[in-house]
Amino acid sequence: MLEWILALLVLIGAFFTLVGSIGLYKLPDFFMRLHGPTKATTLGVGAILLASALYFTFITEQTSLHEVLVTIFLFITAPVSAHLMAKAALHIKLKQIERTQNVSETERF
Amino acid sequence: MMLKKLFPHPILMLVLWATWLLLHNSLAPGHIVLGFILATFIPWLTSGFWPEKICLQKPLTLFKFLGVVLWDMLVANFTVAKLILGKNEHLQPSFICIELDITSPVGISLLANTISLTPGTVSCDLSADHRQLLVHGLHIKDAQATINEIKKRYEKPLMEVFTSC
Repeated sequence: MLEWILALLVLIGAFFTLVGSIGLYKLPDFFMRLHGPTKATTLGVGAILLASALYFTFITEQTSLHEVLVTIFLFITAPVSAHLMAKAALHIKLKQIERTQNVSETERF
Repeated sequence: MMLKKLFPHPILMLVLWATWLLLHNSLAPGHIVLGFILATFIPWLTSGFWPEKICLQKPLTLFKFLGVVLWDMLVANFTVAKLILGKNEHLQPSFICIELDITSPVGISLLANTISLTPGTVSCDLSADHRQLLVHGLHIKDAQATINEIKKRYEKPLMEVFTSC
């Protein structure tokens, strides 16, 4: 039973990480590509870490809580790095694809 | 008074203490004591970098907020996965500008982080006067509705928690 849950979690994690990478590859402009890694991967990594915590807690019978820290650090750093990259992209006036709306808003920043 | 001088940042202290114990993955008395010593001295030595005091007004609201954010992140992943795997031509990317009502710097950074972690939005820039936040959306049909949603769902609880004291 436990193995099924672990396998499912690892598969879910792998799937969402893959979707994040696909997004990074196929979306047309820089700002849209930022969305892939910041979101699709958080659940991906989250599911894999949950599987890791469960595995080490039940198989080695030693509570493993390192994963909680990994999750927290990831959730703190992922948005901050995305924010900084977006800020840098705005600063060097990187082009968005044409149908982006409200581009005029960026000029005030 | 004495206590305040010894422990200038109680929340930071608790966080450091918990982090130390989690890093070691143990509740052995030795680690508890060592963690306590570190958690006392690090905030004390770095207090020059923490000019403002952080105080939480309603801890319960904060926990409710965390629950809402975790749930939204779960949903966000499915929404964004669907958007990414769909056709690029169907996406309507857009910039939106949110007028902030929240003033606490910690509150603003938490709000920006939350926006980046939830459905199809990434926070891009904060205006110099900290009154406006620029957000990029992957697929936005109605900009005003998105702004209202963010303000109601995330900014309001954060404002309640991080009011100045």
